[in-house]
Amino acid sequence: MSLASQSEKLTAQFSTAEVGDYLALLKPRVMSLVVFTAFVGLVLAPVPMHPVMAFTALLCIAVGAGAAGALNMWYDADIDARMQRTRARPIPAGRILPGEALGFGLLLAGFSVVILSLLVNLTAGALLAFTIFFYVVVYTMWLKRWTPQNIVIGGAAGAFPPMIGWAAATGGISLESVLLFLIIFFWTPPHFWALSLYRADDYARAGIPMLPVVSGERETRRQILIYTLILAPLGVAPWLLGFAGPVYGVIAVVTGAAMLALAIRLLTERTDRAAKQLFAFSILYLFLLFAFLLIDRAVGAHLGVVG
Amino acid sequence: MSEPHEQHGIVLTEEQKRRRRARSVAIAVSLGILVVLFYLVTLVKGPGVLQRPL
Repeated sequence: MSLASQSEKLTAQFSTAEVGDYLALLKPRVMSLVVFTAFVGLVLAPVPMHPVMAFTALLCIAVGAGAAGALNMWYDADIDARMQRTRARPIPAGRILPGEALGFGLLLAGFSVVILSLLVNLTAGALLAFTIFFYVVVYTMWLKRWTPQNIVIGGAAGAFPPMIGWAAATGGISLESVLLFLIIFFWTPPHFWALSLYRADDYARAGIPMLPVVSGERETRRQILIYTLILAPLGVAPWLLGFAGPVYGVIAVVTGAAMLALAIRLLTERTDRAAKQLFAFSILYLFLLFAFLLIDRAVGAHLGVVG
Repeated sequence: MSEPHEQHGIVLTEEQKRRRRARSVAIAVSLGILVVLFYLVTLVKGPGVLQRPL
């Protein structure tokens, strides 16, 4: 063994990571969506929360989501290295040691759950713990490499944050918070399958049984439409059930129809462009639904005070 | 100052020292945020800070 490779081995034993590498482990883009949906759940809850407590709850939810991301990257470093989309993540790129990511993730998961449980309430803490467990153990370790239903069931992890926000404010679970869960739950499959349609080669190379790889593109397009057919009415449900106003209702009907139109077009127009457009619009769709739930509540509260 | 070849064990480069310092500062900032957070929550919730609804 040459001196150079010996010293390379030695330097691999201690951390040479930048602070930014640790932040990348937290999956900041996923985290921002988690914080946003949790915030909406928290604001929609009928029990007002002190701003400091609301901030505490959101901080814990954000850090818990980040911890789940770090543990996911620790476990998936081998497949991340084989996929174009994830090759530059800190562990496959060699900027962070696997053990560092594991320790970092476990530490943050523990702190976020304990602090949320002690300072806010046990229901929210338990839901956060379950969400992290679900994402890391059920989705990452168990389902992701095993079944094309991976993102359908695993999507539950991404759907819990508004329920955690709601639980932080009320200490409980209710129909409204379950509905917010269902909207994200049924949004996830069309969203990820649209992505997997134009990234099928990547998933095949990494050996992940995504639907287009296992059942073919035709079946994937059919499944996307089925889930969108369930999603669009669910999006309108908060208005139909009376806990969102007509402005939200109009937005949900129009954007839901657009989602459906894009999903139907995907059946006939078998191009990457059609899949990319559905993927991009699905993000806007979910954002608009939750943003207008928020606006609706803010306007309603304002009118309530004035009137 | 001793020459590098006289030192034992791993010698950090300047870049590695800078990164270690940056990581230490980040940990200190995180701890500081926790201190401020616990202080504010105590002010808001009063003496029964750990009494929480289920």
